[in-house]
Parts: sequence; structure tokens; C-alpha cells
Amino acid sequence: MIADVWTVARKEFKEILAMGGGRRGWIGQLFFLGVFGILLPAQSGRAWVESPLLLVSWGWLPFLLAVQVVADSFAGERERHTLETLLASRLPDRAILFGKLAAVVGYACGATWLALAAGIVTVNVVAGQGRLLFYPPLTFAGILAFSLLGSGLAASAGVLVSLRAATARQAAQSMSLVMLLLFSPVFIFGFLPPEIQARVFGRLTQIDLTQAALLAFGVLLVLNAVFIAAALARFQRARLILD
Amino acid sequence: MSKTPSMNAIAIRTEGLTRDFKTVRAVDALTLDVPAGIIFGFLGPNGSGKTTTIRLLLGLLEPSAGRAEVLGHDTRNQADAIRARTGALLEHHGLYERLSAEDNLDFYARVWRLPDAARAARIKELLGPVGLYDRRREIVGNWSRGMKQKLAVARTLLHRPALVFLDEPTAGLDPIAAAELREQLALLAAREGVTVFLTTHNLAEAEKLCHRVGVIRQGRLIAVGSPDELRRGSARPHVDVIGRGFGEAALTALRGRPEVAGVEVQDGALSIDLRETVEVAPLVSLLVQHGAQVEEVRKGQASLEDVFLTLMEEEQK
Repeated sequence: MIADVWTVARKEFKEILAMGGGRRGWIGQLFFLGVFGILLPAQSGRAWVESPLLLVSWGWLPFLLAVQVVADSFAGERERHTLETLLASRLPDRAILFGKLAAVVGYACGATWLALAAGIVTVNVVAGQGRLLFYPPLTFAGILAFSLLGSGLAASAGVLVSLRAATARQAAQSMSLVMLLLFSPVFIFGFLPPEIQARVFGRLTQIDLTQAALLAFGVLLVLNAVFIAAALARFQRARLILD
Repeated sequence: MSKTPSMNAIAIRTEGLTRDFKTVRAVDALTLDVPAGIIFGFLGPNGSGKTTTIRLLLGLLEPSAGRAEVLGHDTRNQADAIRARTGALLEHHGLYERLSAEDNLDFYARVWRLPDAARAARIKELLGPVGLYDRRREIVGNWSRGMKQKLAVARTLLHRPALVFLDEPTAGLDPIAAAELREQLALLAAREGVTVFLTTHNLAEAEKLCHRVGVIRQGRLIAVGSPDELRRGSARPHVDVIGRGFGEAALTALRGRPEVAGVEVQDGALSIDLRETVEVAPLVSLLVQHGAQVEEVRKGQASLEDVFLTLMEEEQK
């Protein structure tokens, strides 16, 4: 099973990197690395590793990266008529599903962690002054955990959407709607009266960050499990063929 | 085409296999045996149930009624075992067009768990004879349809399956590419000793490649046998007479004979459709008596296309 998951993930990963015609895909990766691994850390200096907002920003990045590519997972195969051949192979259902999930998570986390590593090198070069600067250990562990869970959430929800969509474009549009729903509290917050905003901010500053992170971790874990279970239930060869 | 292989083992056996899609019966009580080691042609017009039959045999769809066994495995509850021992080139070639030919084959070689050392050798073994090995690192999306189909056939044979399903493999190919692919199929099938279940509506192709054929229409199997058996059993015998002076009197005299089903003059040749296989000498004498000058008489052999069209007409009645 693990070997099959790895086989599917390997192929998916190659396809993700070949998106947009190979060279364009690599240029996109280099651009991402340049911005988040060199440009922004160089501008921010020490704040890049010391800001309390680190966890939030690094938590969202892999989510966004995963959303970018996950729509293609099943809908893209269906659209390009490769899905039926894949389903006619000896691969077990779970190997196909988990292989696709692993590739999306691997891509999103890989790009994020690479930028994270490049960022630390940049900050040390720009603002190290002979001392080794690094992310606070707990924050660093949180970033790793949240990037896994954030990209896992996008991947599992995205696979579920992709399983139902006829084309990659349709899946991407549905994912945009999901994103809109997720971000809607932030937009709504902007329209609230200033006194309510101030009250909410006040409450937020009183929250224990560790507790909040643990709560978010738990919620993400549950959401991941729910979406993966739903995707497993939806993954039926006959249904996928007839769709 | 090579000689018909031994037909002791049965690769595919269906009994009353039926599949409904809401109100449409796509496959209707299909009962069929396909011996192992042969190329079996499954002929039928578009929408006759050929693709659905393949999906049922691969266990990708559940039958509404009846049962099927592929390589001794029941399609309802042993579909994994079937898919492990078969290869399939379905309606579409199913290649990853953003990847290279080598990446495509390498992926499926890993899917079929070919050992590391064997993968590269097998890819060379399959692509070499069809002239694609030197181009294996090219992106498949830039290839012609013929090249893609050849690659897809190679992919189905990677793991040396006991049985391969080919769903209209030459559809959409130009005549040269189609002929090349047919050659490749015949060569590979003979070399690999694999049973081939081939659907097509190209009857000339079936005639050239297949040891046995089944004819399906609206989901029902209406004939099965070797192309020769079908020709003998289904199509009307006919005689072509080359010569001159096939006047109205000669034609009327021929039409009056009970064994003659129809007479037609085309491009100076006379074509006589017979109701049954009979001696043609009396017919030739009759023509000569009515002033015809006969140069050559050919007992016509019906093509599989004639058989197919006759079967379709009979079924429609």
C-alpha cells in the first residue's frame, strides 16, 4: 500500500511541476522562493524570525499553495481522459486517493519549508551580526505542524471537490467559493462598527496564544479527518467512471 | 495473422451479463466464451455496448444481472485480481501528456511493481520495435495520435498481462498509422502470447487481426465465430462474371432462376447474389445462351463487412 501511495504521489508531483508547460512551473517555484525566502526576509530583518505573527502567515501559505494545485487532482485527470486508465489498473482505491493527497501536501509543505529554510539563511546573512538567528523552537514546531495540517485541509477538501467536478476549471471555481467562505469572517469583520472591532481585538489580545494554537490544531485535525473520510466514501470506481 | 492458438483455456466467460443505465439496456444478456491466447474481435456500431462490456469485464461497473469471469475471477467480487492480471487501452489513450513517454511507462511499470532493474529493460523492449525508444524523453503531448496509440499499447503490455482489452485502438488514426498499429498489435500479441479482446467497428481490421469475432447490436450478441465461420453462415454467396453482352434478356433469364436472389451489372461486370451455395455452371450456360460473352467467373467470398451488414439488416427486421 505504501509503495503504491508513493508511486501515485511521485507521478502527481511530476505533473504538478509540469503544470503550465514545465519551465513556467519551475519559474513559479523560483519566484515563490525568491519572494518568501529572500526578498521579504531581507526586508524584514530580525523581525522575520521574531514576529508573533509568524505562525499565522506561515500557516496560511501552504494552504494557499495546496489550493492552487489540488483542483487538478481528479477533475484534471477526468478532463484529460487519464482517469479511467488509472482506475483500470491494479492500484487500490486508497493508494490513488492518498497518493494524490500526499503529492499536494508534499508540494505545498516542500515549497513552504524550502522558503522557510532560505528565509533563515537570508536573515542571518542580512541581520545576523555574527549570531545565529532562528525561529523560536515552539513557533518553529507550530509552523511545521500547521503547514502540514493547513495543506492537508486544502488537499482533502480540494480532492473532495475535484472528485465531483467535471473539469479542473470547475473544481478551481468551487475551491474559490470554499476559500471565500473561509475568509468571509475577515471581510465581514472589516465592515463591523469600530467599537465592535475594538471589543473583538480586546478579547483576542487576552487569549492565551498557546491555548489558541492548540485549539486551532485540534480543529484542523478534525476537519482533515472529516474531509478525508468524505473523500474515501466518495471514491467509488463505478461512480467515477459514470461521472 | 498467425495460426489459431490452442483454445483449451477460457479467458473470458459471461453468462447472461446485463447492464442497465436507468431506462437504457446497454448490455443485454451477453453469453460468451473467449478462449485464451487468441485475438477476439468484438464488433458493433457506435453505442452498441462494446465499451460498457469492457468496463463490466474489468469490474469497473457492476452488472445489473448475470455474471462474468475473467481469467477465472468473478468480476463482482474479484475485480482487483482481474485488474492485476489484465491491461487496458480504453476509449482514450490515457497518457499523461505533460510527461515524457518514459515517465508514462515508468509510472505504470511502478504501478505494476516491475523491479527497478527490469523497468528500463522492459521499456526498451516495448518501445524499440515500434521506433519510439529514441524519442522516449520527449513530452507525449507533442506527439502524433499514431505515436500516442503505439505508446499506449506498449503501456498495456508492460506487466506481461494474460489478457488485454483494446477499445477501438485504431479509431481516428490515418490509414498508415492504423496499419502500423495493427502490425504492432499482431506482432506483440504473438510474441507475448497474450489474449486480446479488441473492440472495433473497423471490419477490415477485425478480419486481418482476429481469430474469432463476436457481433453485438444494441447490447445483444447476434453472432460469434471465426471470420470464416461467420462468412459461411451469414453472408449470401455470390458470383462475379466478367465479360460482355449482359443484355436484358440474359438478366431476366437469371432473375427467373429460383437460386438467384439478385442480379446487378456494374462497370461491365455482372454480380449475381445467390440464395444458397450452388453450382454456377448452369447459370453461366444460361448467360451464354442469351448472347453473353463470358471471360471470367469468380465465386465471390463475402467480406466480414458483408457479413456484418447482413447481420445488422436481419436484426433490424
